[in-house]
Amino acid sequence: MSNYGNIVSETVEHAIQAKGLSKRFGDKLAVNKLDLNIPKGSIYGFLGPNGCGKSTSIRLLTGLLTPTEGDVTILGKPLLGNEELFKKRIGYMTQKFSLYDTLTVEENLNFVGSIYSFSRQRKKVRVQELLHLYGLEQQKNQFAGSMSGGQKQRLALACATLHSPELLFLDEPTSAVDPQNRREFWERLFDLCDVGTTILVSTHYMDEAERCHALAILEQGKKRADGSPQTLMDAMPAHVVEVSGDKLRELKHTLIINSNVLSAAQIGAHLRVLVKHCVQDPLTFIAKFSNNRKALIVRPSLEDVFVACTGGRNVD
Amino acid sequence: MWTRIYAIFIKELKQLSRDRMTFAMILMIPLVQLMLFGYAINTDARHIPVALVDFSQTSQSRAIEQAITATQSVNFVARYNSIEEAEQAIIQGKIKAVLYLPSDLTRRLFDHSLYNHQQINSSMTRPIGQWIVDGSDTVISSAIRGLRNMPLDEISNRPIIQKAPSFAVVQYFNPEQRTVVNIVPGLVAVILTMTMILFTSSAIVREQEQGNMEFLITTPVRPIELMVGKITPYVFVGLIQVVIILSVGFWVFSVPIHGGILSLLVGSILFIAASLTLGLMISTIAKTQLQAMQMTIFILLPSILLSGFMFPYEAMPIVAQWIAEALPATHFMRIIRAIVLRDASILILEYDAIWLGVFVFVGLIIASLRFNKTLE
Ligand SMILES: Nc1ncnc2c1ncn2[C@@H]1O[C@H](COP(=O)(O)OP(=O)(O)OP(=O)(O)O)[C@@H](O)[C@H]1O
Ligand SMILES: [Mg+2]
Repeated sequence: MSNYGNIVSETVEHAIQAKGLSKRFGDKLAVNKLDLNIPKGSIYGFLGPNGCGKSTSIRLLTGLLTPTEGDVTILGKPLLGNEELFKKRIGYMTQKFSLYDTLTVEENLNFVGSIYSFSRQRKKVRVQELLHLYGLEQQKNQFAGSMSGGQKQRLALACATLHSPELLFLDEPTSAVDPQNRREFWERLFDLCDVGTTILVSTHYMDEAERCHALAILEQGKKRADGSPQTLMDAMPAHVVEVSGDKLRELKHTLIINSNVLSAAQIGAHLRVLVKHCVQDPLTFIAKFSNNRKALIVRPSLEDVFVACTGGRNVD
Repeated sequence: MWTRIYAIFIKELKQLSRDRMTFAMILMIPLVQLMLFGYAINTDARHIPVALVDFSQTSQSRAIEQAITATQSVNFVARYNSIEEAEQAIIQGKIKAVLYLPSDLTRRLFDHSLYNHQQINSSMTRPIGQWIVDGSDTVISSAIRGLRNMPLDEISNRPIIQKAPSFAVVQYFNPEQRTVVNIVPGLVAVILTMTMILFTSSAIVREQEQGNMEFLITTPVRPIELMVGKITPYVFVGLIQVVIILSVGFWVFSVPIHGGILSLLVGSILFIAASLTLGLMISTIAKTQLQAMQMTIFILLPSILLSGFMFPYEAMPIVAQWIAEALPATHFMRIIRAIVLRDASILILEYDAIWLGVFVFVGLIIASLRFNKTLE
């Protein structure tokens, strides 16, 4: 009996599972054989450049689009055929503001409350709570259309979480939020995570990706790498060398054409060079070009991982 | 279910009341159309500009000119010395017709039975003059043709001797034969077709275009709830428009409203529902508001031209009648004219009423089947 219970808890341990998930638009493969295993209660990130298929993947996982191929399992049940069942259990914050510009903040929240069949009393309490939590009390009578980008995104998050969903999809939730408010925003996400909400968030900010428990790096619809930020950095398939000195741009141009160099980017007074793993001694390798400039091996950052994964040239 | 419909209904009302442009359109469309159709559209043409080519230059020719002017059908705006000049003026569009009076006018008059009652009407009798008409506009040419058998007694200052007509005609419902009496109830159908289809189709498409739909379909809202909640406000909008049109028609154009309020209400709601359903069906096909607008016009044009609003249904070719029969506007055109002008009860108009009811029912089913809750 306990064994049986174990199996059940095993199967629902993952909030989202996807196998070979693909979506084709005409000739274009927007999502290409995506495999995902997102544990319950975690914050999972989709990191990738514009047009890599983040939004499309999220739409597939919410049942907004039907996959060309592959299966999705949400909270232990197949998504296909159960879409309506999940509507109450998932929240979705779209990339584009999807609330009503000509309604006020409070009216928008009330509308969403009614859509989720909240009773009048419960709705009132919940709306007040959210206005307070997301710092929107002052703006509660302002038309949503006249708010700043960051305020809109806070309202959108409030609406997406109004019914306390178990699974929350956030599509670039902080693209218009300043760094200070972005920290606030993430505090709220961790609060939600604390009460057991699983969050899937797409982003192209490194600092945001670094906050996730685990993330997938997507490029052209393909998953290039996944794991926790630390694992990804440790498993970085390249050395990171920081060169300092003068005429760095010149050096950059000579390095970038070498096939063993994945990328070279100037960051402040340094040139950050990603050298392929197959090069045994990256410092000697660099010294050949850098004549007497100072070179150091440094710890890879998530950005390096991102560049190494999506730089266009294949690693190995 | 009802809380969700109510929430959407309230939301839609709020949005509508804050959208000044749409709000203005709800009032302006019926008013402007009424003025346009009520004043401008007149199938009995009057004061048509014409010219005179008078080769006889007699007191009779002047008397003829006066008698014709007195009918108010035409205005003599020019005189020409030759037919060629007059034809040129027709080509230029300065005048619509020319009256040509030949030099032997006096002789012809004397030979004519309408002038000289001693004369018998023989096959040899020649007309006293000739109208040359720009016949491209049939309304104008038929107005001029109306002058063909003008009595000529007036010219000689004799009392007019009217022949007894073969038939007596009694004109029910519109004894003064004013076009506007038939047009105002018809306009109710045309304006409702236009606004109801356009408002609903674009109201739904707008949610898609502005991205609201992407959020809405991840919530527990059902398609039918969304549709009912969104279109209900427009039922009231439609009824307001009916009231505007009929009351302006009554106060400004003295178009009587004979029918009962209940029949009017039932008939109007049936048609509003049918138009809203049509709008919903469009919204499931159209991807942008512009497309919704184009499709509305696609339905609106035949609704104006074939529904009996402009031309009598019975006079149309059979194929056009089939198309007309498929348009809700045709059925409502019959209903509203019967109720407003002929004091019919909706109960004796059951064919058209049931047709509209069935249309709504089938249309709603099609629309909610087509409205899938995915983005594709
Ligand atoms: N409905 C659609 N029809 C055709 N192509 C589409 C459609 N939706 C997305 N695509 C294509 O699929 C690819 C992935 O799009 P997607 O919106 O998922 O990217 P994204 O990662 O969210 O980008 P961004 O960071 O700019 O939001 C793009 O190349 C896009 O052009
Ligand atoms: Mg996107």
